[in-house]
Amino acid sequence: MLLQIKNLHASINGKEILKGVDLDVREGEVHAIMGPNGTGKSTLASVIAGREVFEVTAGEILYKGKDLHKLSIEDRAREGIFLGFQYPVEIPGVSITNFMRTAVNEIRKFKGLDPLPGGDFLRLMEEKKRLVEITSNLTNRSVNEGFSGGEKKKNEIFQMAMLEPVLAILDETDSGLDIDALRIVANGVNKLRRPDNAFVVITHYQRLLDYIIPDFVHVLFEGRIVKSGGKELALELEEKGYDWIKKEQE
Amino acid sequence: MQPETKEILSAERFINLYEKHREFLSAQDTSHIAALRDQAMKSFTGLGFPDTSLESWRLTDLDESFNRGYDYHLKPTTGVDFHKVFRCNIPHLDTAIIGQLNGWYVSKDVPLMELGNGIIMGSLAEARKKYPHLVERYYGTMANDSADGFTALNTAFAQDGVFIYVPDNVKSPRPVQLINVIHFEENLFLQSRNLIVVGANAGLSLVHCDDSYNHQASFSNIVTEIHIGEHGVMDHYKLQNINNNSTLVSSVFFRMDASAQLASHYISLNGGLLRNNIRVHFNGPHGHAAIYGIYLMDKRQHVDNQVYVDHAFPDCSSSETFKGILDEHAHAIFNGHVLVRRDATKTDARQSNKNILMTDTARVNSKPFLEIYNDDVKCSHGSTTGQLDQESMFYLRQRGIGEETARMLLMFAFADEVVSKIAIPELRQRIEDMVKKRLQGELQICEQCVLHCNTPEHPVEFQIDLSKI
Ligand SMILES: Nc1ncnc2c1ncn2[C@@H]1O[C@H](COP(=O)(O)OP(=O)(O)OP(=O)(O)O)[C@@H](O)[C@H]1O
Ligand SMILES: [Mg+2]
Repeated sequence: MLLQIKNLHASINGKEILKGVDLDVREGEVHAIMGPNGTGKSTLASVIAGREVFEVTAGEILYKGKDLHKLSIEDRAREGIFLGFQYPVEIPGVSITNFMRTAVNEIRKFKGLDPLPGGDFLRLMEEKKRLVEITSNLTNRSVNEGFSGGEKKKNEIFQMAMLEPVLAILDETDSGLDIDALRIVANGVNKLRRPDNAFVVITHYQRLLDYIIPDFVHVLFEGRIVKSGGKELALELEEKGYDWIKKEQE
Repeated sequence: MQPETKEILSAERFINLYEKHREFLSAQDTSHIAALRDQAMKSFTGLGFPDTSLESWRLTDLDESFNRGYDYHLKPTTGVDFHKVFRCNIPHLDTAIIGQLNGWYVSKDVPLMELGNGIIMGSLAEARKKYPHLVERYYGTMANDSADGFTALNTAFAQDGVFIYVPDNVKSPRPVQLINVIHFEENLFLQSRNLIVVGANAGLSLVHCDDSYNHQASFSNIVTEIHIGEHGVMDHYKLQNINNNSTLVSSVFFRMDASAQLASHYISLNGGLLRNNIRVHFNGPHGHAAIYGIYLMDKRQHVDNQVYVDHAFPDCSSSETFKGILDEHAHAIFNGHVLVRRDATKTDARQSNKNILMTDTARVNSKPFLEIYNDDVKCSHGSTTGQLDQESMFYLRQRGIGEETARMLLMFAFADEVVSKIAIPELRQRIEDMVKKRLQGELQICEQCVLHCNTPEHPVEFQIDLSKI
């Protein structure tokens, strides 16, 4: 089992957001998480990534069988956890190239590898840019600065391609994308799929799941996963909305 | 003449000293400059050294600095072979170098270089002898002795410093690097006086460094007057990298004729107490002044930037962009004062001061201030002080970048807005390196400074290739 979440409770400033999440993800699987706004999807992603502002009050997250609790944000990332942000931050003054080189080499150092030689690094950048069809000179610019919404999302997939994570959590990477960009992002994910890695995609739209076929669809509602099913669950949600789920909960 | 030793700095000390040595000090003066001296001393006697009862010194207390006690010399300090002390070397940067040791001009060859294109540079003392009329036309016309005790004291005791004259229509083909190294075996008070004249349509790029060579305490009172003629262009850099026991009061006075352009950069890397008085006076319309500052302070370091821009003519623009990163118990002050006079229509003035506090013991007092007497102006001011952005930290760390490195990247990026404005690529590269080292706590005074000081055991050549200037 790659990821095992058991009865996870998490809160921020004393306000409980996650109220007992259970989730199992195996290597090779794609999971979709859906659910109404504000139910804790991004919170779940942040907690898995180790964001300190959230306090885990109960339960545990096992990754590759190990408890993540004591692992820092960066060590989780180095162990292969990647979070595609719903709202990627703009970091003026840090170029994407510099950012990625630092990330790649810090991860390599963690694994006991030498830094990637400059030439190899640039070749890797080019290759991954092609994969996500980034043609413009985005990579010379500051991280996300002045990027359009779609460019920011593509940039997340580009970074994912660079870092080749084991567990990628993509938080609404499809939101705000035009049809072409959606296809590019989905293609990026599909090309990176391997039997030994897994994806958790958070989305509001069934259309993404036409491109990235999920093995499981979960509904997160008021801080808990209240329903799980196959990809047909997404179609059902698209058709009927969340009201019936809310009713079921009452 | 015996040097004044180890006394604390007090107004009385200098008033007495002036009385005793007035003849000696003004021996080479023209009557005009001698009169300026007496006048300045009168001002100083009235003003004394500033203290915290003055609004502009309210947050910078000099008592500790004053009380350390310093030697003061009315003759060049001897005993150190300047050329052995350091070699100035920004890799690959082709500059003309002017050296000062403890405020006195030093040279291997001549005290005053007169170049084929009419540029004159070297010792101010020498220039006063050789070109009294030229010096007199500008000297003391920008600095305001009646407002500030330090400036008055400097004028009263001014002996040497640097003189640079770029005639009309001449553009200095390479940057000039003015280096003042402080090096003495006792605590030292020093004053130097610089006069820089950039003629009409002329151009000069000047890199002015203050560096200390050892860890001995010093107190520098440096006054620099800079005149930029009509359509003249000046690119000015002030690099400050002195030890933590040292105090530097630097006052730079710019006078900008019509359509003159100035970019002035204040890069404060290290120092116990740094005070920059920066005064820009527009002396004609259509001038543009951009002033940048970056300061990286820690321990108990103190930096105080006071910027005053006088928009006395219409259609001028000015911008102030100051950024600082403060760690441990460091304290930074920014006081920006823009005066837009009644006739200064279409003034465009901007002030911005941003700070990052790394600890809750670091402090910032920021006061951008606009005083406007004209309606037809565009002015803005802003100031922010905060911690490193936590969202950004999370983002970087989520990509596997360690907390320390992430912090470094963000601090460097923060500084970059100012550092990237350095127009000389080699200098920018060097400053970027120094900022990185400074942020990593690796920058040693002088060992890694912009001068690339060599250890005294390795004597090095100090050469100025005149043919290239
Ligand atoms: N930093 C914070 N401080 C206080 N409350 C927060 C914070 N971050 C999230 N929350 C709250 O936690 C709840 C869950 O937010 P979260 O972002 O996880 O929702 P979501 O399911 O991702 O919603 P969406 O579909 O709109 O992205 C919301 O009520 C939100 O307001
Ligand atoms: Mg969300």
